[in-house]
Amino acid sequence: MKKTALSLSVLAALALGTASAQTTIKIASISPLSGGQSNLGTQIRNGVQLAVNEYAAQFKKAGFNLQLVPYDDQADPATGTAAARKIAADNQILAVVGTLNSGVAIPASAALAPSNLVMVSPANTANQVTDRGLANMNRIVARDDSQGPAGANFITDTLKAKKVYVLNDKTAYGEGLAGEVEKALKAKGVTISGNEGTEEKSDFSSIVAKIKLTKPDAIYFGGIYNQIGVFIKQLRGAGIDTPVVGGDGLDSSELPVIIGKAGANNVYYTTVAAPLEALPAAKTFAANFQKTFNTPAQGFGAFGYDAAKVTLQGILDAARANGGKAPSRKQVLDTIRKGTYKGLLSGEVSFNSVGDRKAATLYVIKLTDGKAALETSLAVKPPKN
Amino acid sequence: MELSVLLPFIVNVIIGGLVLGFVYAIIALGYTMVYGVLQLINFAHSEVFITGAVVGFEVFRILQNSAMNGYLKLLIALVAAMIVSGLLNVLIERLAYRPLRGAPRLVPLITAIGVSLILQDTLRFLEGLQGRFDLTYTLPTGFADKFCATTSSCAPLGNFLRTIGVDVQLKDVILVIVALVSLGLLNYVVNRTRLGKAIRAVSQDRVTAGLMGIDSNLMISATFLIGGALGGVSGVLFGMKFGTINAYSGFDPGIIAFTAAVLGGIGSIPGAVLGGLLLGVIQNLIGVTNIFGNLLGLANLGTIDASYSKIGPFIVLVLILIFKPTGLLGKSNVEKV
Repeated sequence: MKKTALSLSVLAALALGTASAQTTIKIASISPLSGGQSNLGTQIRNGVQLAVNEYAAQFKKAGFNLQLVPYDDQADPATGTAAARKIAADNQILAVVGTLNSGVAIPASAALAPSNLVMVSPANTANQVTDRGLANMNRIVARDDSQGPAGANFITDTLKAKKVYVLNDKTAYGEGLAGEVEKALKAKGVTISGNEGTEEKSDFSSIVAKIKLTKPDAIYFGGIYNQIGVFIKQLRGAGIDTPVVGGDGLDSSELPVIIGKAGANNVYYTTVAAPLEALPAAKTFAANFQKTFNTPAQGFGAFGYDAAKVTLQGILDAARANGGKAPSRKQVLDTIRKGTYKGLLSGEVSFNSVGDRKAATLYVIKLTDGKAALETSLAVKPPKN
Repeated sequence: MELSVLLPFIVNVIIGGLVLGFVYAIIALGYTMVYGVLQLINFAHSEVFITGAVVGFEVFRILQNSAMNGYLKLLIALVAAMIVSGLLNVLIERLAYRPLRGAPRLVPLITAIGVSLILQDTLRFLEGLQGRFDLTYTLPTGFADKFCATTSSCAPLGNFLRTIGVDVQLKDVILVIVALVSLGLLNYVVNRTRLGKAIRAVSQDRVTAGLMGIDSNLMISATFLIGGALGGVSGVLFGMKFGTINAYSGFDPGIIAFTAAVLGGIGSIPGAVLGGLLLGVIQNLIGVTNIFGNLLGLANLGTIDASYSKIGPFIVLVLILIFKPTGLLGKSNVEKV
């Protein structure tokens, strides 16, 4: 299978080579195309493909023949790094879009760094992705550490809560997140009626009793859906309808199953993975996506598309600055970090000094009768400028 | 804070603790009975317990769309869990403990921990085959409703309970009733039947009981069967009460139930029940200590919150072991089962 594909592409390249003298420019995508996360990874690949299709004419006019080379990382850091090394060895590849998992992006971007190959991520949120200060790593989604302040803003501005009960699951993730939220809430003058960590996975009766006693306006729980789901179920079972807010640890289709349909109301969480409905400009994109791939587009498809457009526009800009000749990888890398990209599905993209998006967005999802829907979007800024 | 608010709060915390305590009590019986006959701490019991919970989940899942009466579904789940967990426990004894019966006591203890790990991952594997990890009970409608809600025929009773601050769900009441029935049956079997007499004889002196014509291996198997079946019952009750379990959920309640067995005096049946109930209540009271701390203006108590609730049972255990090493109801020559 691989062999035929290879020989076909060699044939195609030969045919093209004789037909025109155009220089070939490639971009690569790294995402899981097989395994449990292949659904999301294929969305990214398809989004990139759509952007490449749209830009092919512009590249042709500039004298380039544009191609996409998709790589499969199987959501595995080792496989992703091996793909990155193969990409680095192909001199025609000038930019990479990827990955889905932060755990893959971190070693893969490090493998690309020595050859100055730029990477634009459509999905990675771990702080460490950009905190390492690599010149080639950029992302167009929000960082994990933006969730705390955003959650606090949502609680005070939208829910108008004056008294908040804060819980965490005593893990680095949950305790860190809840701590950030508490700090931000206190700064806004909100009363914290309780703050406790619990590893309990089943019996929340003492916490529920305390919440019943102290009557907070909202509850923030930093943790993962399978613990918080059980908690919310017991909370609602005790007849308490107070809104519960959490971070992206709640972003799972299992959450309403655990809570049960009747209780899965008034539950909110912040997440970077935008549902497609959150992107007002995505209508045409969604239609094209459906037509091209015969499958509906999801949020990651749109972000893959945006990330690819950033790299493609960056390559064109770099080529223009290079006197119309194919730019070097270093030139593309510098151009993308400095550039501003307008008219994308998720708005304007420009990067700070470490490659975080200057104006990223967090999406607040609300559960109503177990159904998730977009409640609001919050603009967030990275810590550095 | 006024007393009218605080009193229902305390009542509810204690009731929540008692309901949890009944689950602990039935799990603790499995530990204490096996210890009674073999002086072995069956660490695999927490997995026998969670196996029951998984069986209960499967029964409710398969029957979720059937129009069958909810109580009948529960009965099927309980019986299925009793059979599977009971037989599993017998199998564990036959394969893992009996061949080691003459070995030093540390050997079967380590084996028990090994069996426990094997069972955890077997359960995870079996459910994983169907793409599941967290198992959420699909309970019959009404189980999660308030006990004696305003629309039901016993509404006056429900209203009375609510005015004095008792606020429980139907499933809590079912849990306590099933637990009491199980305890009653166990008491009958152990103290009133020939089987019970034979088990008690084996637990007091295996060799002499053998000389009197009692098949001690059979009685040991019977003990594991009964203990495992109780584990199955508690598993279904646990799943019903808390809704979501996974293959690893047995560990926490298992370790607390074991503590309850030691607290009550390991080997003693009433002791295990008393220990379970006490630990359930203590755990919940520790979880709300900060409320009282803040009320009384004791800042130090104010920091003791739900994150410490699991420590409570173990502090009590240490104190008991220092001042009464045989446990609350244990005697120096424990009346073993």
